[in-house]
Amino acid sequence: MNDRRFNVLLGFAAMVVVFIFAGFLFTLVVQSLPAAKQEGVAFLYGAEWNPVTTRFGALPFIIGTLMTSAIALIIAIPLSLSAGIVMGEYVGSGWGRSVLNTLINVLASIPSVVFGLWGIEVVIPLVRSLATSVGAPPYGAGILSASLVLAIMIIPYMSSMTREALVNVPAGLREGAFALGLTKQEVITGIALPFAKKSIFAGILLSLGRALGETMAVTMLIGNATRIPTSLFSLGNTLASVIASQFNEAASDVHRSAMMGLALILFIITMIAGWFGRTLMRKRMGAYGE
Amino acid sequence: MKRNVVSKNLVLLALFVVGMTSALGAQTLLGAGATFPAPAYTKMFDEYYKLTGVKVNYQGIGSSGGLKNIQDRVVDFGGTDSFIKDADFSKYPGQVVHIPTVIGAIVVTYNLPGNPKLRLTGEVVADIYLGKITKWNDKAIADLNPGVKLPNLAIMPVYRSDGSGTTFNFTAYLSAVSAEWKSKVGNANSVSWPAGQGAAQNAGVAGVVKQAQGTIGYVELAYANQNNMAVASIKNSSGNWIDPTLASTSAAAAGAIPADTRIVLVNTDAKEGYPISSLTWLVVYREQNYGNRSREQAEQLAKLLWWMIHDGQQYVTALDYAPLPPPAVKAAEAIVKSITYNGQALIK
Repeated sequence: MNDRRFNVLLGFAAMVVVFIFAGFLFTLVVQSLPAAKQEGVAFLYGAEWNPVTTRFGALPFIIGTLMTSAIALIIAIPLSLSAGIVMGEYVGSGWGRSVLNTLINVLASIPSVVFGLWGIEVVIPLVRSLATSVGAPPYGAGILSASLVLAIMIIPYMSSMTREALVNVPAGLREGAFALGLTKQEVITGIALPFAKKSIFAGILLSLGRALGETMAVTMLIGNATRIPTSLFSLGNTLASVIASQFNEAASDVHRSAMMGLALILFIITMIAGWFGRTLMRKRMGAYGE
Repeated sequence: MKRNVVSKNLVLLALFVVGMTSALGAQTLLGAGATFPAPAYTKMFDEYYKLTGVKVNYQGIGSSGGLKNIQDRVVDFGGTDSFIKDADFSKYPGQVVHIPTVIGAIVVTYNLPGNPKLRLTGEVVADIYLGKITKWNDKAIADLNPGVKLPNLAIMPVYRSDGSGTTFNFTAYLSAVSAEWKSKVGNANSVSWPAGQGAAQNAGVAGVVKQAQGTIGYVELAYANQNNMAVASIKNSSGNWIDPTLASTSAAAAGAIPADTRIVLVNTDAKEGYPISSLTWLVVYREQNYGNRSREQAEQLAKLLWWMIHDGQQYVTALDYAPLPPPAVKAAEAIVKSITYNGQALIK
């Protein structure tokens, strides 16, 4: 194959990606138009979602999505960073490393419906007894249960990215630091983590994207209530979970269109999160490492 | 030489595939729709295949999906739990008819310490789901159940999070018995629930109710029976306390049935009828000569429908669906007989 043909082929493949993206966006926009026309901007801040009266506002689901993802990140970040540091710095070789790696990989490949079932059987009863002890309604399902399981689902991604980032810290830097008499802990917190923080942050972003869009497990655990969540024990819905619940049996065309609108909002939130994260990374962290 | 053998085999294989698909084409009927009667249909179609060799493929994609498929004419029949409204008939490219198949009951199930047998009225159930009655020892419930020790426990209503015919019929019942429910919430496949928690499918609702004390939910009779769940007696419009059974469900349709069988059975005025019962239908075009349909295909469909409302009925009770009572069968017969191909009746 000569260069020219190779370039044409590559260009074509790249164009396909662009077309798919554009077509995807186009479909979402066009299909959500009827609902957007009916509701106007209120679609974004309306708190009522009623298929009977065909009033559609996405606010409860936007809040549900942001809340579960944020709580999941708060839970997952310290755990994942610790796990990543252990794997990257302490068990760099031998069977300990391969056991940990295998476990993380297995965790990453568990289908989300299995996480959902496990959540129903294990997490919900735990959260229910917690709710009972603090006097909250003892549903068990809700924001907290969904967030806990989401956190567990994103830990493998975040911790492997952390490990990779730490492993890629140049050996020279480390050796220099040790030569200057720094302790292991000082090398990790003072040298390795600052150098790797950009990649670690990228891992967090990736996990956030996954948490925002996770559907199956969240649908099974969040309690599926169209209300703005007010506490950890509130029942709620995310953008993805309400689509999964209601799309198949949409009561009317505008109901269907409103769910396309939800998909568009989710798409935009995910893009904004990614863009915001990348900008933050560029501005605050410089081009390479420190 | 070797190459020749290979190509010869390929040709044979191709012929075989073509032959198989055309055979399938003649002997396969395609349907899609309501999930609520899907287990009964699966059983019926399985028996029908053993009997006639005609394969019927039914996809439980939900009532709205089934109606959309029949509207687009991509299936031979659609299944639905809620009949097509008068205003919506114009959306269909031809005249459609409803053939009732089975009757289902929706039961109110709960989880309380000791699971006492409870009596509930539609109004009380509506108030629970409206979030107005929040404790199990509320006076409204206690008054209906003298002698039952009710715990001071929060009521957690559980509903279907997915759009479903079960929810449609349950909310149709609540709308029929409670003016407040009708004006505040209404009646649809999915509604905006004022209180409670959602769970996916019958199995999800049954699961939540089984797991937590203080919950109340609505599921199809089959799920409650299979899971040994406590079910409430409901007061019907004649003032009788009715337990949900196959007999009381069947009885709900024993009254007058309109000729087109489009009737909401909930809150039935049949004296012994269980008030949260519902018919489910198959929807087909009255004139079967459309698209590229052959007369043979249309005949197969009419024969299947005829069998379902007669011999097929014997298989549904084992799955906790109530068979059609005689007046409903009679109405259904007339409808199947009215199905034509080029204006000629397919069943005489």
